[in-house]
Amino acid sequence: MEKIYELIIIGAGPAGITAGIYAARKKMDCLVLTVDIGGQTAWSGDVENYTGYQFITGAELASKFEEHIKKYGIEVRENEPVLSLKKEGEIIRVKSSKSEYKAEAVIIASGKKSRELGAQGEKEFKNKGLTYCATCDGPLFSGRDVAVIGGGNSALDAALQLTRIAKKVYIVTKDLSLTADPVMCENAEKTENITILKGCVTKEIFGPRFVEGIKLVCGKTEKVINVQGVFVEIGLVPNSDLANDIDKNNVGEIVINYQTETSLSGVFAAGDVTDVAEKQIIIAAGEGAKAALRAFNYLSRKKMPPKNEKTS
Amino acid sequence: MKKVVIYSTPTCPFCQRAKKFLKDKGIEFQDVDVSENEERIEEMIKKSGQMGVPVLDIEGEIIVGFDVERIEKILGL
Repeated sequence: MEKIYELIIIGAGPAGITAGIYAARKKMDCLVLTVDIGGQTAWSGDVENYTGYQFITGAELASKFEEHIKKYGIEVRENEPVLSLKKEGEIIRVKSSKSEYKAEAVIIASGKKSRELGAQGEKEFKNKGLTYCATCDGPLFSGRDVAVIGGGNSALDAALQLTRIAKKVYIVTKDLSLTADPVMCENAEKTENITILKGCVTKEIFGPRFVEGIKLVCGKTEKVINVQGVFVEIGLVPNSDLANDIDKNNVGEIVINYQTETSLSGVFAAGDVTDVAEKQIIIAAGEGAKAALRAFNYLSRKKMPPKNEKTS
Repeated sequence: MKKVVIYSTPTCPFCQRAKKFLKDKGIEFQDVDVSENEERIEEMIKKSGQMGVPVLDIEGEIIVGFDVERIEKILGL
């Protein structure tokens, strides 16, 4: 007979890992399926608001998370994204990129990912000049001209970092003004090697093998700028495509109640993939703990023999 | 023992994980920090045909990204 897990956790960021630790301590038969370990935490720069650490880098905190979950010997399958889940009777079928699994309860903690531009050439030039991680790949563009797409905090943060590495930095935003914090906008505006292009939609990324430039549409005029690097910083989208039968809000986040329950019984959700307003590492971790305890409670109640209410 | 070179940046989490993985397995490697060695960026791009880090060069076999399965296979772990 095919194995039925008590719990499958989707994702191994702070929410998924904490859920895993709690599940292990409750001795639940649990499997974690994930793309990577640490999630967005691994990509965060400096973390100064995670209780117990006055200062830690995101990468270090992610590796602490990994050590912690591995200590409990939970099965964590990395490089295995979940594609869909479906409830059939009391069983939830979880389909990943590699296999199919069954579970009695599921916690979705799949987090968020970078929003894609939707411009022509975006896929072809990924890692060939186009990147979604300025912190990681920035140093490769030393002495080159680059464009940062976006006008929010993460875009300006990336642009300001890049001014120290690249020759010329363009900030390209489709909005008519920058939306980042005023202090950052002022800094960007007075930095000599930054050029800000407002009201411009990025239409195409081009080059022979590596990026050589981008085509913009600014109002009625088209513009071409020659850059060797394109940094896409236009926000995040929840990894919630896998949850088709579950209620989501208008930005695709999974709707949960205060007990981390989704609209589908037996399926819980935690962390940045949910509609919980605050997106913080420590909040994701806390929500993960809640979800595991709720899942445990749900399974215990299911296993109890039904009460015969007519006897008395 | 096979000669392992890793091209990395100090701020890339998968570079750190790859290096930790190799250390934990007791594998010696040469770490090329491309943010400090500009001339080696071109070398990395030529070898891997792309600009993302980490890149591992295990005696001519090129691995892009922290691909545990391939690293283990090539190193016979």
